Amino acid sequence: MKDQITLTIDGQTVRATPDATIMEVADAMGLSIPRLCYHPHLTPNTVCRLCVVEWEGARTLVPACVARVREGAVIHTASPRVQRARRVILELLASTVDLSESPTLLAYAQAWGADLRRFEAGARRQFPLYDDNPFYVRDYNKCVLCWRCVQTCADDLQYTYALTLGGRGFHSHITTAFNRPMPETTCVFCGNCVAVCPTGALKGKVAFLVQQGTPVPVALWRARPPR
Amino acid sequence: MIAPILLRRVGHIDPESLADYEAYEGFRALRQVLMRRPEQVVEMVKASGLRGRGGALFPTGVKWEAVARQPRRPKYVVCNADESEPGTFKDRVLLEGDPFAVVEAMVIAGYAVGASKGYIYVRGEYHRAYTRLSRAVSVAREAGYLGTHILGSDFSFDIEIRRGAGAYVCGEETALFESIEGKRGMPRQKPPFPTEQGLFGQPTLINNVETLACIPWIVRSGPAWFREIGSPAMPGPKLFCVSGAVQRPGVYEAPVTITLRELIEGMAGGLPSGQEVQAILVGGAAGAFATPEEMDTPLTPEALQAIGVPLGSGAIMVIDHRVPLWEVLRRVARFFAHESCGKCYPCQLGTYRQWEIVERLARGEPLPGDVERLRDIAATMADASICGLGQTAANAILSALEKGLVSVPTPA
Repeated sequence: MKDQITLTIDGQTVRATPDATIMEVADAMGLSIPRLCYHPHLTPNTVCRLCVVEWEGARTLVPACVARVREGAVIHTASPRVQRARRVILELLASTVDLSESPTLLAYAQAWGADLRRFEAGARRQFPLYDDNPFYVRDYNKCVLCWRCVQTCADDLQYTYALTLGGRGFHSHITTAFNRPMPETTCVFCGNCVAVCPTGALKGKVAFLVQQGTPVPVALWRARPPR
Repeated sequence: MIAPILLRRVGHIDPESLADYEAYEGFRALRQVLMRRPEQVVEMVKASGLRGRGGALFPTGVKWEAVARQPRRPKYVVCNADESEPGTFKDRVLLEGDPFAVVEAMVIAGYAVGASKGYIYVRGEYHRAYTRLSRAVSVAREAGYLGTHILGSDFSFDIEIRRGAGAYVCGEETALFESIEGKRGMPRQKPPFPTEQGLFGQPTLINNVETLACIPWIVRSGPAWFREIGSPAMPGPKLFCVSGAVQRPGVYEAPVTITLRELIEGMAGGLPSGQEVQAILVGGAAGAFATPEEMDTPLTPEALQAIGVPLGSGAIMVIDHRVPLWEVLRRVARFFAHESCGKCYPCQLGTYRQWEIVERLARGEPLPGDVERLRDIAATMADASICGLGQTAANAILSALEKGLVSVPTPA
């Protein structure tokens, strides 16, 4: 048992092990810190910034998913600064990406008072539907760039490296090498990327067809990865 | 006016000649350092009060000490020569005019912190700087200033040069490491800081070109001498890049106690005849505007902070009334939207929406609520972005609005 330290979160004094993250301690306290890119089985990449909290004395807000607690720290998980950051990030996301299949994000938007139409005068990211293999479709209009699929495909699980990031800034997107169709990549169709996608951007082909109301061809049930 | 220190050799020696460099004090600091213990060198840099010249003003000696104390090996010394801040060109002048100084300073740094390998990350567009540095490194190696058993000592150190490919964000230290490692140039969440986990995950000392250029002079003349220059909180000489509406744009060396007016009207020769200052962008695109009324402010960090302006890398862009300021803001906004790496949401989305809104305001066709949108984006980027790019991307625009330098059109 490691030495315990004492800190204050939202006015409550708590004890924790020094290697715990703010998120772990807050979760144990029953506080609800929102999260999007975070996944318990993946390396935290700190991209979504929805879990940011205010640490008294720190210049900026800190991501609760990776920031480790320290003796005497005074942390606020829902201060006005934190609320504004979460609200604006959700508003910006909603103006860029189709969140219709992201119930968690829509619930966050409601909880944090985000006006999902506030930035709608801006450009949206637009992509064609990638329906290039028998196993899953990729609809990047629904992609929030949480990177989970890329990490799952790479060092965090599958070591296949079929997925990567393309573009920069607002135009960043998930892609394959040279944007090749999936069967021409190293993809082994393990489906792990589909399993970790939080927004319906990656979807099993059968689920996609059912959703479209299209009859599912029998051949699809028997499909095998290309050799 | 005091004689230049950092610019002492620039323009006076052949930058490709080691003999010229040696004739002007060159490599004497290194010889001196090799006769001392590494801790003494770190102590000297600490005592000098030198602060990082890349813009963050972090105490250099504290950084050196942190790396020196790391038990893990190998350690690296990295020179950040990815000078990309708009309006900043001081490092370029040093690299092109006095490349051996950077090499000497890096060897000293390596000795002090216990590193045997150094990298210089040069901005991709800096062709001449790259050529001069490459030559300096190979000439220094041949002369025994780099490589194994430097000058007959037990200390070995070598330098590799890497070139950027044009991304502004790669000047951010952790994105720079990613780039050297062959990855996409994106910043890492800190902590861990580079002193603990930097290049290739190892303890790394990373310093700006101008910061390193101060080191041999501190060694030669001592911390006390260095502290006599500048202000107590910002000792030493500083390079300023004066550009825009001035008679003699260029790099000027001065202590930070100099005022904006002395720098612009004195050293840079004032504005073109008949022109007056509309605004001064201090610190580049990531900086903030000073007004004509604020021109008697000294360039010390404290005085600048009082008027809401960062010293940054020392970029001073003078704007006269011939330039519509909204046009400047539009370009600043476009710059950040273009250069955001896209890693964290506040910057990836915020820089783009900020640009769209500034475009609307510049055209005089804002939507109701646009200024509030701008302020919300600015606060969110400053509070929640991973790196300095997003954290500063709204500074210039906000300062222009807050100081009333631009008039905000009313929505139709």
